[in-house]
Amino acid sequence: MNKKKTIVCRCEDLTLEDVEKAIDAGYTDLEELRKKLRIGMGPCQGRVCIQLVQKILEKKTGKKVCVKSLPKVRPPVIPVSLGALASDEK
Amino acid sequence: MKKKADVVIVGGGVNGCGLAYNLAKKGIDTVVFEKKYLSSGATGACGAGIRQQWSTHENAELSMKSVKIFEKLSKELGEDIELRQGGYLIAVHDKEELLQSEKNVEMQKSLGIPVKIISIEEITKIVPILDIKGMNAIAATFCPTDGHANPFKTTFAYANAARKHGADIFTHTTVTDIKTKNKQVSEVITDKGCVKTDFVVNAAGISSEEICNMVGIKIPTKPVRKEIMATERLKPLFDAMVISFKDGIYFSQQNEGQIVGGIPIPEQKPGYKTAPTVSFLQHMSKTLTRYAPVLKHINMLRHWTGFYDVTPDARPILGQTKDLKGFIHCHGFSGHGFMLSPMVTKILCEYITHGKTSEILESLSLNRFKDKKIEHEMAVVG
Repeated sequence: MNKKKTIVCRCEDLTLEDVEKAIDAGYTDLEELRKKLRIGMGPCQGRVCIQLVQKILEKKTGKKVCVKSLPKVRPPVIPVSLGALASDEK
Repeated sequence: MKKKADVVIVGGGVNGCGLAYNLAKKGIDTVVFEKKYLSSGATGACGAGIRQQWSTHENAELSMKSVKIFEKLSKELGEDIELRQGGYLIAVHDKEELLQSEKNVEMQKSLGIPVKIISIEEITKIVPILDIKGMNAIAATFCPTDGHANPFKTTFAYANAARKHGADIFTHTTVTDIKTKNKQVSEVITDKGCVKTDFVVNAAGISSEEICNMVGIKIPTKPVRKEIMATERLKPLFDAMVISFKDGIYFSQQNEGQIVGGIPIPEQKPGYKTAPTVSFLQHMSKTLTRYAPVLKHINMLRHWTGFYDVTPDARPILGQTKDLKGFIHCHGFSGHGFMLSPMVTKILCEYITHGKTSEILESLSLNRFKDKKIEHEMAVVG
């Protein structure tokens, strides 16, 4: 597998190599990885990438990632336009 | 875990890590305890802004000196903190606000801050997407050297540099007690071990009250939940942070193109509840599209909460009191901890290493709340 060409996070264009490098640099907490790389901060809000990152992290560190430490789901969950949110129409 | 350290810092936010860096660089044996992960509190939830426009002299001076440090920080720490100096544009809505702004600008200018009052024509030159009528502005103040930086990367860069200089940083480690002897701190107890020390720094954000309680010190700080949102990435539209004290809104476009901003909700009360509210979504989207109607087509991706640790005068509590030697306060930032951190951590480092005090440390000490007359910081937003 070419780690430079394996995309883990499509929204932020991050490869397996990017994620592994950050873990090697000491970012071994899922939230720290997220904040360092912006993984899970794009339009998918982590639905595609976070579980992959969790697996990569577990494989590299040999430690299970606690479900409680997974990044929180933040509203509005799916992208919603500011115009729709500002509208009083129901 | 080592048995002894010169200084133990409680809290791995930007101030805890920044102070660890400053101390470790001077050869001080420093340990940091963070109960979650680095930047997990207010630092990681903040709006990333850095401004020098304040109503109180202390905040203006601290932030002006912080900007000078921020400007060289990427080079100093060897990691990019993504500083962007696009200025802060503060909307002025009426004559009363204009009077306060003129007063603020005069004080800021006397310190050497390059701030000025600008006309409504100049507002749209600086931020073309703004609608003057919608935002209901009669003028604005603008300081071009204000801006923003990446709070996560700044914290991580401070922490990495601190480690290089020998500091020990423990995450997922909770401080459970602080022992004292003859009105002097002596030992910090955590869930992973104990460290003897002469100095404990309380940089625990909204947990600062809990830490102070361990040594019997009362602080007048209240946790206030704040909400903030981010949109999808856009091409570069504007460089300045736009804020309004009257509407409470602030927003800017960040390095990657997303617009990040917040606003208080009308029913806001102090407390530790973290859940985001629908009220915020409505309030923020309505106000933001009133200020910049073109943004109605833009998607909001997420919204989250963070806490301000708010003091009665909205200014931080710094330094030591006579009641307990070696217990250093570094909290109560009231929503401005990130932007003040470079200078705050520098002066606290000088205080710890040389006992060097300053006018700022004296006027921001916990003792000030014993006086009936405190000077309130008026320039607060969010």
